[in-house]
Amino acid sequence: MYFLLARLLQATVVMLCVALVGFLVFQFVGDPVLSLVGQETSVEDREALRESLGLNDPILVQYARYVVNALQGDFGISYSFNRDVSEMIADRLPATIELVMLSGVLSLILAIPAGIYTGIRRKGGVAQTIMALSVIGVSIPSFLLGILLILVFSVWLNWLPSFGRGDVVTVLGVRSSLFTWDGLSHALMPAAVLCLFQLGVILRLIRAEMLEVLRTDYIRFAWARGLPGQRIYFRHALKNTLVPVVTAIGLQLSSLFAFSIITERVFQWPGMGSLLLHAIGQSDIPLLAAYLIFVGLVFTISNLVVDAVYVLIDPRIRHGAH
Amino acid sequence: MLERIRSDFWYELLNSPVTIISAVIIVLMIIGCTFAPVFAPHTPFDPATISIMDNNMPPAWQDGADPRFLLGTDLQGRDVLSAMLYGGRISLLVGIGAVALSVVIGMTVGLLAGYFGGMTDAVLMRVAEIQFAFPPILIALLFNGILKASLPADVFAQAAVPIMILAIGLAGWVQFARIVRASAMVQRGQDYVTACHAIGLPTATIILRHITPNILGPVLVLAMLQIAVAIVTEATLSFLGLGTPLTEPSLGALIQIGSQYLFSGIWWVVIFPGIMLLVMVVAFNLVADWVRDYLNPRLR
Repeated sequence: MYFLLARLLQATVVMLCVALVGFLVFQFVGDPVLSLVGQETSVEDREALRESLGLNDPILVQYARYVVNALQGDFGISYSFNRDVSEMIADRLPATIELVMLSGVLSLILAIPAGIYTGIRRKGGVAQTIMALSVIGVSIPSFLLGILLILVFSVWLNWLPSFGRGDVVTVLGVRSSLFTWDGLSHALMPAAVLCLFQLGVILRLIRAEMLEVLRTDYIRFAWARGLPGQRIYFRHALKNTLVPVVTAIGLQLSSLFAFSIITERVFQWPGMGSLLLHAIGQSDIPLLAAYLIFVGLVFTISNLVVDAVYVLIDPRIRHGAH
Repeated sequence: MLERIRSDFWYELLNSPVTIISAVIIVLMIIGCTFAPVFAPHTPFDPATISIMDNNMPPAWQDGADPRFLLGTDLQGRDVLSAMLYGGRISLLVGIGAVALSVVIGMTVGLLAGYFGGMTDAVLMRVAEIQFAFPPILIALLFNGILKASLPADVFAQAAVPIMILAIGLAGWVQFARIVRASAMVQRGQDYVTACHAIGLPTATIILRHITPNILGPVLVLAMLQIAVAIVTEATLSFLGLGTPLTEPSLGALIQIGSQYLFSGIWWVVIFPGIMLLVMVVAFNLVADWVRDYLNPRLR
């Protein structure tokens, strides 16, 4: 319990720091007053606006106000859309989550069995082929993979649509494009692109961990006891590879969000990533700062979840040896 | 641990043809791109030498090709092969420059934190931890975006390459700091460091002359892996339109330009730069993998 409380405190500090960076960017990149009004506004009017926005207050007061507003979901008004930033993020979020979830699940389903297999049959032909492919998987830039997929499946074969999100329907109160064939066909290539990098990373990690564990003494002893291979691999070995693997999966989650920026651009997927690129193109600082805080939040929460899972899977942490 | 090259170095290397091929490819690419003006058959970004009449030529082995353009030409009649050599030069420059910057920052932070410990360590490593929360590519992207918002457009375009090096370098230092710190903490307790103290050497000398050489091994491996990452990051930023300007395109920017004409069947403008980028990255990764295995006795 103490362990989790300490982690929670740490997470709060991290979020405050991220908010500080977001706030500094928000406050000092470009002039918010100039962004709101045109060049022809008089100096007095600008000063009045500055005063009413609270830009003349001490910096700590402004920071505190920014944090309090952010906690209430208020990240200011987007310069380029003239809309509430949080509203815009809420609009775009489902599309990105859809993509991230689909590819995350895909990569786990493929990576865990493949990682275990290549760890056990290290010298086999299939395992070597999988490893060679995984080198390409982690090396190929995702935008390049996306373009190649479009070239093959959309331009040459004409099987899959190359851009956008398909039909969105509501099933059991969840609005998603993954419930229709049209939606799935749109999501397939972006999800595959997003999945491949994670797949390579997780697969290689599981393999490396399996290799380490399989040469330890307790595994050798298990063989000596005459236990069946299946039991040794899955009950004894796999369990002890889990801690680093869970860490990696947790870390990958925030990078999935980051890489979705690229995938969304390639496939013109209307999610958060496209929004961020637009914000950068237009120097839309409130939007930028909000995105920064959002990704920080995703990371912090996934890290907390990872820590909680540690407690479940590793008795050494549970029994207070932290 | 840049210990003298062990006697099994050549033996191990000769047993790994993949590594040799990768290393040769890297050397050839560095030479070919560095001296692009010498090797390139055309000067692709000089308007005086290109002709719009030569546009959209397919590669030399296809029908309707012109033997002057081995890998075809793009929409403006620029030779794809030459554009790739010039583009590869920017990719390599940014990749290696950014990693050099990461190494300098990361080693400084890591040595300070690892050697002095205490408050220095706590503060520096907290900063590193927070930055580690964000994927490097996102940091480079946001950093680039913020600079773009605060600098005048022409200044930003002019300084595109240094800005990329800065953005990617600043995004990548944390990993170096972590491994250097861990090694420095180990080295600090070694007898030779105690001996250095005993004969009264100044702290700076101990860190720079005695500890640093002993932690270079892992740094070297990470640096090679990070060059591949930095090249991909640069290509990605350029692809997203945030990197090098279109007058001076890197491989990523070339792919971006080419990707706009996918549906018109002009595949060579995007495929060839793509292959070059991929081969470059895979080669760096493979060599780095080999060096890591070579330096790690547990794997043999």
